[in-house]
Order: sequence, then structure tokens, then C-alpha cells
Amino acid sequence: MLNIESIRKDFPILSSKMNGKQLVYLDNAATTQKPKQVIKVIEDYYKKYNANIHRGIYKLAEEATAMYEESKQKVANFIGADGIEEIVYTRNATESLNLVAIAWGEANIEGGDHILISEMEHHSNMVPWQLLAKRKGAYLDYIKINDDTSLSMQSLKEELEKKPKIVSLTHVSNVTGTINDIKEVAKLVHEAGALFLVDGAQSVPHMKINVKDLGCDMLAFSGHKMLGPTGIGVLYAKKEILEAMPPFLGGGDMIKAVSYQSAIWNDLPWKFEAGTSNIEGGIGLGAAIDYINKIGIEEINKHEKELTRYALERISEIKNVDIFGYGYENLDKRAAVISFSIKGVHPHDIAQVFNKEGIAIRAGHHCAMPLVKRLVSNGSVARMSFYFYNTKEEIDKAMDAIIKVKKLFGVE
Amino acid sequence: MDDLYIEELIELYKHPHNKKKLSDYDSEAREYSQTCGDDITIYIKLEGNKVKDISFEGSGCVIATSTASKLTDYAKGKSIEELEKMGVADIFKLIGMEVGPARLHCATISLEALQEAIKKAKKSK
Repeated sequence: MLNIESIRKDFPILSSKMNGKQLVYLDNAATTQKPKQVIKVIEDYYKKYNANIHRGIYKLAEEATAMYEESKQKVANFIGADGIEEIVYTRNATESLNLVAIAWGEANIEGGDHILISEMEHHSNMVPWQLLAKRKGAYLDYIKINDDTSLSMQSLKEELEKKPKIVSLTHVSNVTGTINDIKEVAKLVHEAGALFLVDGAQSVPHMKINVKDLGCDMLAFSGHKMLGPTGIGVLYAKKEILEAMPPFLGGGDMIKAVSYQSAIWNDLPWKFEAGTSNIEGGIGLGAAIDYINKIGIEEINKHEKELTRYALERISEIKNVDIFGYGYENLDKRAAVISFSIKGVHPHDIAQVFNKEGIAIRAGHHCAMPLVKRLVSNGSVARMSFYFYNTKEEIDKAMDAIIKVKKLFGVE
Repeated sequence: MDDLYIEELIELYKHPHNKKKLSDYDSEAREYSQTCGDDITIYIKLEGNKVKDISFEGSGCVIATSTASKLTDYAKGKSIEELEKMGVADIFKLIGMEVGPARLHCATISLEALQEAIKKAKKSK
């Protein structure tokens, strides 16, 4: 059992107010709050260690470099990668996905090739492939989803017959919370001879991830959705894939030697990190992983499941409220992201009333327009998403807010 | 923030004014909001330089739809020059309150559609 009361004390923002009410932060799928341990490490870095990494021949630069590289080792351990040469730092999951679509895509996709993604992708795992397909004259195919918001394995098998070169799939939907069976998909994708990239933005912060166990070739995720600062993201990729892939951006730090007409690339992972890195971001992400490890990712997952079960049960008792995604009877197939709507009320108005109650939720298309349009015709749903510091009392407040919305709009 | 939901606007949300497609119109324009999915189409019928009839279709939140009702009520009989000059402040006056940055587009989406429809009508003349 987590000691939520003591955990919450680590998050300064959670004791603040919004619109005069105690803040209830339920927008964790967008970004999570930061514990003081992460904030302090960033502050310490600027107070005590600030120097540019990798090149300075002085103690300060060596210390900064060590802290930065240590954070990569923490990331590698956290997801079960072989070492830091498989961990590339980016700005966020979006940039990680773009890196593959651009650097790998340029070298490997030709006109007439197939690229396979799914109908439940976030725009970040859709638009980069649209751009690549357009540049190369390739086909962008979609794995269909079933009415229960799960991935259609039948559709996956059919699409794989077109022999795509790469399959890129989200692990957890940021709209419905649906968890895809990555292990099973990986097997089929590899049997079909394709490379398999996973968008882990909504899974890595919330569940035990081991890239070897999952069987993916590459994994993209963001630091700010797992207690870390914004502006730091990760691309994990198997060493041999990164070795074969041409660089993404050119500049300092990604080279070993440069002449007027050519350059020799640096070793992994630095070959993919041009220019001065987001040093505070890397160090902050390292501290975030320390914090998660201290609590235990399995414990985090257990607590989130309990919150999700509680919220889904409570919502199901309220008339004229629809949930998109699996219900509480399928808890093992869904994450702590609950999209909902209230009959006759625009989601934006739901979020506005919640805001007045001090409750932060999201409303809109959640950067997954095709999926949300399929769920609801106006292309907009309200969404609450939990993290381990949330409580049942906060969910009760959210339920009270739903009832308040219904009253205000005269919904039965 | 409760003032955002004063009864009158919620009433207009439930029972909008001028919400239909005009059977005879000179121009139409559709505006769409990226963030929340507000989707408003304005139809106008002109007579000389005046708006003879106007209507809207679409879906959106309380702010977007009540503004569409109020703006279409207001625009009837007005000259296109007058309507072209309207800005955010005029919308605030029309709905009787100010709206924060996150919801600003909800309040201005109908005006944008109306001004675009006027532009199109002028071009086709």
C-alpha cells in the first residue's frame, strides 16, 4: 500500500488552490506534476554543476557530464535496455517518433512501400508517417479498431500481408486508455519481417516495461509525463538499428571528426544528439526515475488500477454519462485514462465547470482527431487521467462536479 | 466563472436562435476550432449592402453556440461595413461578459465565420 498522504507532500503544487478551491489535478495523461526531489536536482545542477557536457576539460564539466550520462543509465535500467548506447535523448515522444520517421524513413522507405499504424494513434504517431509517406510516395495503412476500442488483430493480420517495412503502434491509447497487447503484436510484426516501433508515452510512466519482454525494436516516450521536466524525451532502439540508421540532426557533439566535405559520426547514442543537450532535462529525468523506483512501478500500477476501478464504478452509477473504452469489468485491459461525455453538454463546458471546482481535466480531441471523431460525432470528449498521487476523495470531487454539470444543464 | 453559465446563455445553448440552413443564401463560411471541436457555419443573404437574413449550423460549447445565436440576431439588417468592423470587444458586449484566453476562440468563431462569409460574398459579386 502506498502512503499517499506522505507522497503528496513531495509535490508542492498539489497543496495549492485553483479558483479558490483545493487543486484536484486529473490531467496526468497530458503532463504529470513534479516532486520536490526533481525540482531540487534541477536547481542544484544550475547552482553547483552548470557546464557544457562532453568537452570541458575541467572538473565542473566532468561532473555535469557524469550526471547527464548517469541519467541515461537509469533510463536504460528502467526499461530493460542493454545500455546507454540504446538510449537517445530527444525533446519528447513526438520528436522520438519523428526521428525514426525522418532518419530511418529517409534511408529505408521507397515509393510503393507500406507503413502501418493504427486508428487509435495520437497525432504524434500519425502525422510524421503521413509526411514520410508523402515524401516517398509510400502507402500509409491503418490497423482498424473494434467497437470496444481494442485493436483488431484480424485487421492487423490482413495489413501485415501487405508486407509493411515498419509498424508503429501506441502501447496505451491516450483517449480510451486501451492497452494493446504489444507482445502478441510484436510476434506477428516480426513474423511479417517488419520493424516494430512502440509509442510508450502513456505506458512507460504507469506500468512495468521491459523492452526485451515486450519484443519491440524501438520505444518512444516523454519525460514530463513521468515526473520529469518538459523538453526531455527518449527514443530507445536496438543498437544494431541505431548503428545502421543515418543521423537525425547534424552539428556539434554528433561527430567524431569533421572535414570540409564530410564527417565521421560519433558513437551511440551521441550520433543522434546534435548540439548542446537538454542537460537539466536529462538530469531531471534521472531524478524522476529514482523517485518512481523508490515507490515501485508495480505499486504505482496497482494504485492506479484501484483508482480507475473506483472511478469507473462510480461513473457507471450516474445516468446519462457515457464512458469511451473498457469498463471496470475489464480493468486489466485499460489504463488510468477515462474519457467521458455527459448527454447534451459540450465537453468544453464540462471542463469549465470542473475548473471552477478546482479540478483540472481535459476536453477536446486529445490530439487524436480520427479516433475521437469515431467515438463521438462532434469530435470532442472530456478526459480525466490519474497518477499515483491521486486519491479516491479526489475522484469523489470529480463525481460531484459531474452532478453539478448535469444540474446546471438540466440533464436528467 | 459561474457567470459564464448564466441562465440566458445556457438557454440559448438548448434553444438556439437562427439555427438552420437558409434555403436561399449568397454566401456561407465554416470555421472550426482546433482545441475543442467547435464547428460553426454561417449563411448570409444580402440585400444591397445589408444583411437581409442570416443563420448558422454546427455544434459547439455554450460560449460558441450562444454567441452564434446572439450574433446572428444582431447582424440582421446591419450593413456589411458595420459587421466587418466588429471585433472581440463587440462580441464581449453582445454576450455581456468577457472570456479568458483559453475560451476566446469559442467566443469569436462565429464572428470569424460571418466575416469570412461577407468576404466571399463580395468576391463573388
